[in-house]
Amino acid sequence: MNRIIKYVFYDILRTRFIIFYTFFLLICTFAFFQLDSDFGKVVLSLMNVVLMAVPLVSVVFTTIHFFNSYEFIELMLAQPINRRSIFLSEYLAVASSLCLAYVVGVGFPFLLYGAWQPISTLLITGVFLTLVFVSLAFFSSVLTRDKAKAIGIALLFWFYFSLIYDGILLWVVYTFGDYPLEKLTLTLISFNPVDLARIIMLLQLDISALMGYTGAFYKNFFGSNLGIIFSVSLLMLWVLWPLLFAMRIFSRKDL
Amino acid sequence: MISIDKVSKNFGALTALDQVSLELNAGKSYALIGPNGSGKTTLIKGILGLVLPTSGNIYFDGKSIFRDWKYREKIGYMPQIGRYPENMRIGQLIDMMKNIRQDKPKIDEELIDAFKLYKIYDKRIHALSGGTRQKVSASLAFMFHAPVLILDEPTAGLDPVSVELLKEKIIHEKRMGKLLIITSHILSDLDEIATEMVYMFEGKIQYNNSIEALKSETNETKLNKAIATLIRQRELLASITD
Repeated sequence: MNRIIKYVFYDILRTRFIIFYTFFLLICTFAFFQLDSDFGKVVLSLMNVVLMAVPLVSVVFTTIHFFNSYEFIELMLAQPINRRSIFLSEYLAVASSLCLAYVVGVGFPFLLYGAWQPISTLLITGVFLTLVFVSLAFFSSVLTRDKAKAIGIALLFWFYFSLIYDGILLWVVYTFGDYPLEKLTLTLISFNPVDLARIIMLLQLDISALMGYTGAFYKNFFGSNLGIIFSVSLLMLWVLWPLLFAMRIFSRKDL
Repeated sequence: MISIDKVSKNFGALTALDQVSLELNAGKSYALIGPNGSGKTTLIKGILGLVLPTSGNIYFDGKSIFRDWKYREKIGYMPQIGRYPENMRIGQLIDMMKNIRQDKPKIDEELIDAFKLYKIYDKRIHALSGGTRQKVSASLAFMFHAPVLILDEPTAGLDPVSVELLKEKIIHEKRMGKLLIITSHILSDLDEIATEMVYMFEGKIQYNNSIEALKSETNETKLNKAIATLIRQRELLASITD
């Protein structure tokens, strides 16, 4: 299994897509440093890019990779290996290469500018977002045999979590603005990994003061140890459930 | 060695295999033939565990292959289209396969030598022609002394010299008492390497006997003629009963 991960990993690292992705992140980060000298603002600007780009790149790359390596997976399945270990090897190889590209692309400029402190949250949440959306993309890939359909489903996940869900959330907040909504919004946020990542990052940036009472409530909650454990375990859950479902389907799938 | 027991497989409304029962024994070489879409590849994929039957069961050495994967260490499989990670080198691919079957210390590198693959170990897969890919697939299938060899269109796309090398290897393996399952549309190739014939049509096994018997039944000396006669006879019979 280790050898399979290693080779698939090397194979992915040589694809142009990953190289472009790394350079895109590098250029973005350097550009934001040029625009602003305040690290906090750089992180904030980067955050907006990361929240959109990372999930999108993760779902698109993962589905394309899965269908491009379909024959390879078939060949592996003809070998004496458990289906689960093949699936996990593919997942780990894809996820780790995307995470590596992200960490290098965003982390390297910060290291250069000597700003390690504000970046750690951005790095961790970005890595989590990558893992979550790679899981979701694997899930949509095993649902169908059609590449276009799988990419469609994967993009739908991205669209839903990045745009539609926030729309619904805003509508709820706006319509029921007369009621205390802190706990409700907190619950609703848990159902969206992108929002979860956004809140975690925003609260590290000390701009939660701008968000009024709700911000204070979140700061109080997410700032505590319990809040950190809560949010991290929720993100873990978001990584695990699509992955486990996908593995279950994959181990019974016709290839 | 492999017994297929009333296996059916449906893909939606399409019936790919219809109550197929078949016994495959060691020391014999089976030619699996039939028109496109007759269920040959589905049957092979069923044996490899890539496709799960809708009903029925497949046994390998008396044990059901359902949810088992260990039995596949006894199978060498050469796919119809060998597609591997594009950026991997041939050497790395071979190395990876060896690593997967670590428990087999004895490696058969005859085909790698015959095809002179060691010369292009550094080449990446995406730089290979279709024929070279076939050579890589063939070398991988024979590498681990597997007692069962499944070859899906082994000679398609190979140059004449390589076809002969591969055929020699297949005949050699057959003599060593292995079970071979070969599909091909090139019947003249099968004539030399197969001893039994399984003819499939529309998901059913229409004919299953030794090639010798088939030839004497149809009074033909060449396999391709014999099969053509067989099909004609069947069609005639079908038209009468209709």
